[in-house]
Amino acid sequence: MKLTLWTYEGPPHIGAMRIATAMEGVHYVLHAPQGDTYADLLFTMIERMNKRPPVTYTTFQARDLGGDTAELFKDAARSAYARFKPDLLMVGASCTAELIQDDPGGLAAALQLSVPVLPLELPAYQKKENWGAAETFYQMVRLLGKDYVLPPGEKRKPRAPGLPPSCNILGPTALGFRHRDDLVEIRKLLRQIGVRVNVVAPLGAKPEDISRLHEADFNVVLYPEVANSAAQWLSKNFGQPSTKTIPIGFNATRAFIEEVCTLAQIHCDIEELTKRSRARWYALSVDSTYLTNKRVFIFGDATHAIAAAKVASQEMGFQVVGLGTYSRELAREVREAASQYGIEALITDDYLEVEQRITELQPELILGSQMERHIAKRLKIPCAVISAPIHVQDFPARYSPQMGFEGANVLFDTWVHPLMMGLEEHLIGMFREDFEFHDGAAPSHLGHGHQRTPANEANVASEPTPVPEVAVANGAPVTESVWEPEAQRELNKIPFFVRGKAKRNTERFAIERGLPTISLETLYDAKAHFGR
Amino acid sequence: MNRVIPLQPTTDTCDSADRAILKERGQREVFCGLTGIIWLHRKIQDAFFLVVGSRTCAHLVQSAAGVMIFAEPRFATAIIDDHDLAGLADANEELDRVVNQLLTRRPDIKMLFLVGSCPSEVIKLDLSRAAERLSKTYTPRVRILNYSGSGIETTFTQGEDACLAALAKEIPQHAKLHPTEREVDLLIVGCLADIVEDQFSRIFNDLGIESYAFFPPRRSGDIPRLGPNTRYLLVQPFLTDTARVLDDLGAKRIPAPFPLGVEGTEAWFAAAAKAFGIDPNRVESVIAPKRQRANLALERQRQVLNGRSIFFFPDSQLEIPLARFLHRELGMQLTEIGMPYIHRQHLAEELALLPTEVSLSEGQDVEKQLDRCRTYRPDMVVCGLGLANPLEAEGLTTKWSIELVFTPIQGFDQAADLAELFARPLVRRTKLAA
Ligand code: SF4
Ligand code: SF4
Repeated sequence: MKLTLWTYEGPPHIGAMRIATAMEGVHYVLHAPQGDTYADLLFTMIERMNKRPPVTYTTFQARDLGGDTAELFKDAARSAYARFKPDLLMVGASCTAELIQDDPGGLAAALQLSVPVLPLELPAYQKKENWGAAETFYQMVRLLGKDYVLPPGEKRKPRAPGLPPSCNILGPTALGFRHRDDLVEIRKLLRQIGVRVNVVAPLGAKPEDISRLHEADFNVVLYPEVANSAAQWLSKNFGQPSTKTIPIGFNATRAFIEEVCTLAQIHCDIEELTKRSRARWYALSVDSTYLTNKRVFIFGDATHAIAAAKVASQEMGFQVVGLGTYSRELAREVREAASQYGIEALITDDYLEVEQRITELQPELILGSQMERHIAKRLKIPCAVISAPIHVQDFPARYSPQMGFEGANVLFDTWVHPLMMGLEEHLIGMFREDFEFHDGAAPSHLGHGHQRTPANEANVASEPTPVPEVAVANGAPVTESVWEPEAQRELNKIPFFVRGKAKRNTERFAIERGLPTISLETLYDAKAHFGR
Repeated sequence: MNRVIPLQPTTDTCDSADRAILKERGQREVFCGLTGIIWLHRKIQDAFFLVVGSRTCAHLVQSAAGVMIFAEPRFATAIIDDHDLAGLADANEELDRVVNQLLTRRPDIKMLFLVGSCPSEVIKLDLSRAAERLSKTYTPRVRILNYSGSGIETTFTQGEDACLAALAKEIPQHAKLHPTEREVDLLIVGCLADIVEDQFSRIFNDLGIESYAFFPPRRSGDIPRLGPNTRYLLVQPFLTDTARVLDDLGAKRIPAPFPLGVEGTEAWFAAAAKAFGIDPNRVESVIAPKRQRANLALERQRQVLNGRSIFFFPDSQLEIPLARFLHRELGMQLTEIGMPYIHRQHLAEELALLPTEVSLSEGQDVEKQLDRCRTYRPDMVVCGLGLANPLEAEGLTTKWSIELVFTPIQGFDQAADLAELFARPLVRRTKLAA
């Protein structure tokens, strides 16, 4: 048993859902109790998708445990098939159903549906979300590709002369960190290089596309956490090589282009392609001088963490003081990367350990996931998000890739944004004594989602209210109403973010009615009067 | 595992004859009872909730908490792993170790709830025994209780019920510890926002009911004592088990509608006043100004909501009182009201206020229900988070129900706020269409 406050990854069946939801024509029947349907909201609320994930849950209850859970599964699979008519049915169990051992694969096979069935065995008490996604994708590629496997000893036929080189893009999923935008960027890049994209999978792919993977000359692996095992299988059975470079950052994008050109056996003009990049010049510009050797702590999935460390140290001039990941599957790679910065990698999925390390290191910037953002908020350290797990605000409406040259531009903006820039830092130093530029002053551009400290919270409530003069029937006009202690106490119970408004409204209400004191009743009368 | 989600009402009373209820079985799109932790830990301020469950449970609680709104939450999960599944003796020792680790980290915790999940129940990890065992070690510093929030036994708000039932069982125990404390005449049962509690206190005082207490208490040490004549009043329609425990302790329930809307709140207070023999004139003089003010505030929302149709998916278990309020006080037209389950006794007064022609459904087959909803094409759909955006994408206007359990909605001064929760999505649609 392990004490957990927050987890970096969900259970493995969430990984399977990310594959199913990314694809078209796939339906997943998941043997699970009703509470497990919360997973839908990851997609509909956090990713703000406009359709439900293609998942039918059996939602069994305690009373079913006697023995009809298997029947329940069969019914659910039958009616899901009839309703959704998928081209591929995935079946599996969540943690609770795993314990009752109903064998969804066997049960589904017994139904003899006229559609391929992919049975998933995802050990929920050992493995986690990314592993579940990788395993699901791998099993699917195997199931739908097995009929095309080259006979032993046979070599892949060389591409016919005159045909443009082609590749598959592997790895983007639903609920992925900027996968949607990375994909656009990488597709564009490949087009510019002159490489045709055969299939993108799983995002947007149909099962029939998966069985066409073997047609491409090579594979572009964007997210190794998800696509590595499938890519290995493709390489073994179809002789397809795959890219190793993750095109995050200016340098890596260039290296990626070179790698692709080599695999595609073509030439391209890299200098021409880099013209769109601003990140590099911005990093050289005078304002960026102040970024030199900012101490940065990096934590996230292995792919994004390793890439971020490279970009931070080589392209931003930061000093990487901490690097770590929760992806144990790629621990070796992260350790290797860390050793380049003379530090030891932190490999853990324990949020508390990460928090402790950050507290010890006191970095000036944190690049992490939603979890680290939270730690950063508590410790009042600037932070940018570079990896899942993420929150709804990390699915921006605008185009915001992490990969390719445009991705490098985005990284520059988002990482530098929480920090103070040259002139600004300079001026704050000069005007330190000025009350507006006190030590705790936040950068001027940090409006967005910025912390409310107890101090400025109090300001909202005690803000002086400009009071208009109102003539009142008998006697002097009331220009100010005094709060009765009881009413004041009640006011303080109102959440701070609406308290200021409630206060102003109530005072206005009292003055308009010529009430010299504000009682509890006045407060509520005003509340009723103004509505919300 | 002694209790299942009651798909069938246990007791048939009054109006079951003339009210057909569609009973459905199939995929449910409802949270499990673990979710209750999200508001319970805010309410009982020195309690901690430790889910004994899987990574799924941990992921659920954190996803439901808005992907971590709290820096250091007062809930956590003891994640069961394959080592625990090998042998049970182990799992108990593991649990003791985790509890020790937790209580060392959080010395401020006075009450710890071990919360059972589907996996802990399927492997028959006996949390009540564990709670007893651990209590011996940690009393008097920490009281350790247990309840089940598992998805095989509880749906969404039923988690609160299970928690409060566990707490209610502590009442006799508490009486032994604090024999000098006064017994209360009236217990108000169910989580209310502090501000609502304070408003209600003032009204009870004005009515002349002085000996009352709210349950759960804000601090775990303030558990009230019951006397031979204690009566209780439910604020939520999902407190079946809690009510049963109180009945067993000899308390008597005051039947009433729930304090949602002006009418519901008034009837709720009136029921209490009647039970304590308070002069109706006094009741009227206390209630009248509040009623008037609340009605005034409702007027604006009525203009938005009047005549609009509404469909309820089963979710928070508040559906029937909400429908009653929206229909009777704001003029909305009811299509279907779905509930996870219908407790006929506790809802008798509510059901009597509903028009007879509305269709009621109990349980869920979400696909069929979606089909019905699409056929009705109501002006507004009340549903859980999983369905809201997809329905919006189909052009329907939704009110997702989780706000209804997090926001202060009970009482006179909140009636307009409650109505506004429903008006806002419609106002928004209109604004965006313009
Ligand atoms: S339904 Fe059961 S397994 Fe799923 S989150 Fe709830 S308690 Fe955990
Ligand atoms: S804030 Fe987060 S958790 Fe809350 S509703 Fe929005 S997406 Fe869901």
